[in-house]
Order: sequence, then C-alpha cells, then structure tokens
Amino acid sequence: MSDAVIAQAADGAVADDGSPELPAGFVVDLPAYSGPLDLLLSLIRDEKVDIYDIPIARIAKQFLSRIRMLQLNDAAEYLELAARLLRIKAQLLLPRHGEAETWEDPRAELVRRLLEYQQMREVVDILERRGDDRRSRFARAYLPESSEVIAAPLALSLSELLTAVDRILRVTREPTVHTVVARTLDVAGAIAAVRSLIAERRAARWGDLVARDAEPWQILSMLLALLELAKLGELRLAQPRPFASVEILHDTPGEAA
Amino acid sequence: MIPLVKLLEAALFASPRPIPVDELKALAPEASPAEIAAALDALREHYDVDGHGVELAEIGGGWQILTRAEYTEAIERAQLAARPQRLSAAALETLAIIAYRQPIGRTEVEEIRGVAVGSILKSLQERALIDVVGRAEGLGRPLLYGTTSLFLEQFALRHLEELPRADELAIALRPAPQPL
Repeated sequence: MSDAVIAQAADGAVADDGSPELPAGFVVDLPAYSGPLDLLLSLIRDEKVDIYDIPIARIAKQFLSRIRMLQLNDAAEYLELAARLLRIKAQLLLPRHGEAETWEDPRAELVRRLLEYQQMREVVDILERRGDDRRSRFARAYLPESSEVIAAPLALSLSELLTAVDRILRVTREPTVHTVVARTLDVAGAIAAVRSLIAERRAARWGDLVARDAEPWQILSMLLALLELAKLGELRLAQPRPFASVEILHDTPGEAA
Repeated sequence: MIPLVKLLEAALFASPRPIPVDELKALAPEASPAEIAAALDALREHYDVDGHGVELAEIGGGWQILTRAEYTEAIERAQLAARPQRLSAAALETLAIIAYRQPIGRTEVEEIRGVAVGSILKSLQERALIDVVGRAEGLGRPLLYGTTSLFLEQFALRHLEELPRADELAIALRPAPQPL
C-alpha cells in the first residue's frame, strides 16, 4: 500500500478508535488485491497490528475506506468480508454473559482464516520462485503454450529490401498501356433531338432515339440529355421491369416531379 | 562417456518433455537401476564440470536437458524461444491451495481464498496444471481437483513432497476447529 498511509500510521495520527480521513485528492498507486483476505492482510501489515489481537473497529473502518478508495464497491466478496468484520465488531460490543471460559472470541474464526490464507501465500511465494526458475531455462523443442506465433521484428538491410523489390518486379507482367482519347459529347444536340421527338409524340422508346449502330459518344450524349430533361421536368423516364426498354414520356409542365 | 551415458543423452536430447525414470529403464533394459542412476549422474557431472550451456535437471519425476539460466535472456532477445507467461496471483493462489489440499473441491478453495474461483479452475485445467481427480461424496457429488505432472514440470518440482510440509512453513496453523 502507499507509503503515505503507512507514514500516517507511524505518525501516531491513527487513533485506536478510528482512522484519519484521507485528504481529498489523495493519490495512490492501487495495488491489485487478489481477494478480500489479501486486502485485509495487507491492511493488518500496514497498520502493524497483532493478527491474534486485531482491533476490529479500527480495521473494519479502514477496510471499508479502502474498498471505497479502490472502488471495489461492486465486488460482493469484499463487501461480504466487510459485513463479517462489522458483525464481529458488534459481537465484541455485546456484554458477555456467563463464564469467561466459555466465551469464544468472535475474531477466532477470522484469525484462523487469515493465517490459513497467509500460509497459502507463503506457498505462492515458493511456487513463484520455482516457476521463475523453471521459466528461466528452456527445454529442447520448447513449444509456447499459446498457439499464437510471436512475429519477429523486421530486420533486413537495404540491399535485401531492394533485391526483394527487384524479384517482385521481375515476375510482374509488363502492364498493358491504354491510350485514352477524349471525345466531346454533344449533349446540347441530343437535347434538341429529344425535344423535337417528344414534341410530336407523347411517348418514345430508347430505341427511337439511339440508332443501333450508334457510337459510344452518341449513346452517352443521349443518356445525359435524357437525364437532364428529366431533371428539368420536360419528360418522365419509366421502366416497367428491370432490363425492360426505357419509356420516355412527355411530361406536361406542372406535373413535374 | 560410456555407451549407456551417450544413449541416455541422446534420448534426453530427443524428448521435449522430462523422461520418467522407468522410461529410461525401458530404453536400456539390460542396465540395472543403479547403472542408470550412475549414468545420469555421470551425464550431469559431464555438463556441470566440463562447462556446457545445458544442464541435466530432475523434474516432475523424470529427467530433462535444460538450457542454463544465464543464457535465457540472450535466447529470448534473439527470439529463438520465449518464456511462458507468468501465472496471475489469483491463479497461483488457487494452484497453491490445490497442491496442498488435493483432492479438493471448488467450494473449499473458495473458502480459503475468499473469492469465486470457477473461471480460474477452468483456465488452470485448460493449461493442464490441474485436473479432475474424482468426485466428493455428498450433495451433488462435487468435482475434486488435483495437480498434474505438468504442474510439477512448470514449477521445477521433482515430486509434490518437495514442497515444504504445511507445518514446516513459517506460519504453522494451529489445529483447525473443523477439518477442511
């Protein structure tokens, strides 16, 4: 835990009946706790209290404030232990009835669990050491547990790179070069042609406007002319079903789309 | 080196996993256990005394040739091999409890750790560090878990008894009020 907390404790600022409020904006590096018992144990260590004689009221309060500080509020397991601490605190406050010998310290079960947990942590230390020892030696044909292959960083010289580029270029086919010649479209002429056609008949078809042997530029001019006139509202374009011949309908002004 | 030592060395070199002693015996049926043990000693000494980059390690009830720790960093830097990832603290805690209390059920592990361990048990089982070793009597016959030979391997243990006994740990528990 943070040095600041320990320092405060060492200053004697911590009274037996409670803990000092943490100043606002108190910033700590949050250690990762592996569970509520881990948090409680580190609290007991930080506060330097005797595990066999835990000042429950103080520890419970600190425990709660750390839960809040670490925003572990949604962790049911931490809250469960917090509740347990408060219950022990309440039990300690109750007047003791009967013989002193039959009275059982309500903290006994908690102490047993903490010791058991701490013993297990000792084993963890051993395992960690042994695991590191084994991890630091490779067996032949060692296979990583994860199937993902670690990509090696790219390390190559300029000449290697150029050779590779050269190799790729050599196998690539000579590109086919197309010469594109711009041809002017005669949209204005096509518009005039359409206008004169639909002026004398209500409906026309694409085939009436474009000859079978029309050049691409003529087809394009006609297409643009039709779209332009449709936009102007002088005619309507309709197609009864996909790929059917396009019908060009004379549109009366005012009916425009 | 005598032929038996060379044979064992070749077999150990070929195997990616530690070779159990009985498999080494099967390798040289005419050799006595004492001869095998002597040959392994000779090989280990050969590596240690003559100064090799590898060493002979006794792990998980078997024998294995491993690279020496001082070359790990260089090997890893050259990306020839990578150290496996460390287990999380939560996984190690769970593993420690199972190693000492096996066969043990999920509830008992959770009681000691104070947190739910379902997903950790699953991932430890997927990594083949623990396995189901039976079922407990009682309601629902819960699964019981135990550690595997891979556990011994990954923690460089010859056998489970190599871990200190519970009463040898710095914190010895007072007799528990009820058996766990």
